[in-house]
Amino acid sequence: MQYRHTIQNHIYTFNDLKTLMAKASPFRSGDALAGVCSDSYQERVAAQMCLAELPLKTFLSEVVIPYEHDEVTRLIIDTHDETAFSHISYFTVGMLRDWLLSDEATTTVLNQLQKAITPEMAAAVSKIMRNQDLILAAQKMEVITRFRNTIGLKGRFSTRLQPNHPTDDLKGIAASIIDGLMYAGGDAVIGINPATDSPAAVHRILQMLDALISRNEIPTQSCVLSHVTTTLQLIEQGAPVDLVFQSIGGTEKTNTGFGINLSLLQEAYEAGLSLKRGTLGNNCMYFETGQGSSLSSGSHEGVDQQTCEARAYAVARQFAPHLVNSVVGFIGPEYLYDGKQITRAALEDHFCGKLLGLPMGMDICYTNHAEADQDDMDNLLLLMGVAGCNFIMGVPGADDIMLNYQSTSFHDALYVRKALGLKPAPEFEAWLMKQGIVDEQGKQIPVHKDHPLLKYTF
Amino acid sequence: MPDKNEIARQDPWEMLKKFTDARIALGRTGVSIPVKENLQFKMAHAFARDAIYTKMDMDALARGMDHLDHPYCFLHSRAENREQYLQRPDLGRMLSADGFSTMEEASGDKSYDICINIADGLSATAVNLHSIALLHEILPLLKATGFSVSPVCLIEQGRVAIGDETGSYFQAKLSIILIGERPGLSSPDSLGVYITYHPQKGNTDAMRNCVSNIRPKGLSYSAAADKIVYLIKESIRLQISGVALKDLTAIPPPQGLDE
Repeated sequence: MQYRHTIQNHIYTFNDLKTLMAKASPFRSGDALAGVCSDSYQERVAAQMCLAELPLKTFLSEVVIPYEHDEVTRLIIDTHDETAFSHISYFTVGMLRDWLLSDEATTTVLNQLQKAITPEMAAAVSKIMRNQDLILAAQKMEVITRFRNTIGLKGRFSTRLQPNHPTDDLKGIAASIIDGLMYAGGDAVIGINPATDSPAAVHRILQMLDALISRNEIPTQSCVLSHVTTTLQLIEQGAPVDLVFQSIGGTEKTNTGFGINLSLLQEAYEAGLSLKRGTLGNNCMYFETGQGSSLSSGSHEGVDQQTCEARAYAVARQFAPHLVNSVVGFIGPEYLYDGKQITRAALEDHFCGKLLGLPMGMDICYTNHAEADQDDMDNLLLLMGVAGCNFIMGVPGADDIMLNYQSTSFHDALYVRKALGLKPAPEFEAWLMKQGIVDEQGKQIPVHKDHPLLKYTF
Repeated sequence: MPDKNEIARQDPWEMLKKFTDARIALGRTGVSIPVKENLQFKMAHAFARDAIYTKMDMDALARGMDHLDHPYCFLHSRAENREQYLQRPDLGRMLSADGFSTMEEASGDKSYDICINIADGLSATAVNLHSIALLHEILPLLKATGFSVSPVCLIEQGRVAIGDETGSYFQAKLSIILIGERPGLSSPDSLGVYITYHPQKGNTDAMRNCVSNIRPKGLSYSAAADKIVYLIKESIRLQISGVALKDLTAIPPPQGLDE
């Protein structure tokens, strides 16, 4: 269907919904690279005005990628909750924005609407929201998950401890883990990107993590971020798998490029559940996403990168994940060019993910060829803390020596906790106090060189 | 007031530093990273940033090529400058309009078995420091095999796939490109070499083999040259490159593409 908007006698036309969505997107390099962005500032705002007047019902009758052609579209349409949607079915996109910011939209009400909102509705409303809107609305949403601790409670701010090593050296990995634990990091997960996807190497890392966590009775979970087929194979071999990881995207073709589909994810989810390794809950999946992943594999189908990203969240929420994070600055400057674009994308991803009911975290990061530096990350860190982000990464000194990019350090997480009065997950906080790492106020206590954690056999 | 050595607190696990190059046991002042470590991090980032924006030193590269006594030509991609290069990878994969006549002048319209390219990629620093030294090792080995080698194409603002355009122009069996890799904080000068059998437009990265991390602190020039020439010979013998060749030759997988 064609959409039109008139500004001072100039009629802007948009040939279909995906074009309207793309043209309404705040500018980013990836949409320019894909050739889907608006041609002028005026056209962009005209598209946003047109989008604001669009009834939400439109998204149920017109899809951005055909139903017959794409299993992610089928998932979105088939799992839409019409009963919950009936409360907001008369809304336009603009009304949804105003309502989200109103006092009527409370945490409880928002939680009830998660399945009423499709990823395209979430993406559309985010496109007409300012950064402060994305923060205020997301702040009201609370998505809580449990495995061996509780992540996502208000007033809490967690980290994934990311102790990567270029050759998967076990002692090298363990050294970074100890460093992270001493800096109160690792409550979301201790998660390692393996240098190779060799099942034997992944198995060794899993065993080391399992021993470290159980010996020290750490209320957290481990994950080795290998391909889901590798993890499935290791589960069959009896490996101690806590969280099952996979990178996912928002189109069927993107997921084909990742070597997965929905039924494979279902199989992996069931295998993870069957291990029953969670003590407080069984949210056993960990997903990573990122704007630009579809375009980079040539599978965006003419859809703008932020809408593709939101569609990936439909895939994620199907499997009740413990953690989802957008690797926002990782994919490169051809998708998000500078600190401004990375910041905007992070706020959009966090807002859309939370609105759709996901436990969103953020890899606040950049590569060396992006126009960004640590100051941009400091700013974004604080914004994410205020917005109520569930977790960020904790990398020694913010420098990932295996993946060669800069994320956030253990110190960075402490900066946010200190500046905003946030605390780690409650079970993990109790453990940190017991270990003499933090005091009752959450302040770091100087540790002695014969602290039990330092006696780990190296 | 405290003693000058006592403001920032050291971590009592500095002995763990011997197990990893990760930035562990940084110490803290309050919850913040001490100033010395902060500035060292900034300097590492400065090296990486400067590597991205450094230009190929064409005069020095030309002198190096003259010294190697091998013909060469200067080319440019369709990306006009760094800013455009970073945002439009597609333009970095295509030669500018005048590129083909330049190659014709340099080659006299002949065809070759092997096409050799040097491109800045994401680190002209790597190319300026290491490309001539690496060619110094590779060229004699290649000439000993009897394969004909094209004039070396020195390409500004180029990405890996631009070697498909030059290679297909020379009707080469195989194209190799020496290219600056994405700089890491500890490796602003890492050179990568990509090998593509039957270079032509539309080849994907899965169809290439890569020898990565070539620099004095990583893979040495001579070890890299042995690996590269071995892969070239095997690729031409088996008429493949990429994942299929890797599986047959059991060479470790590439550490990451330049883009």
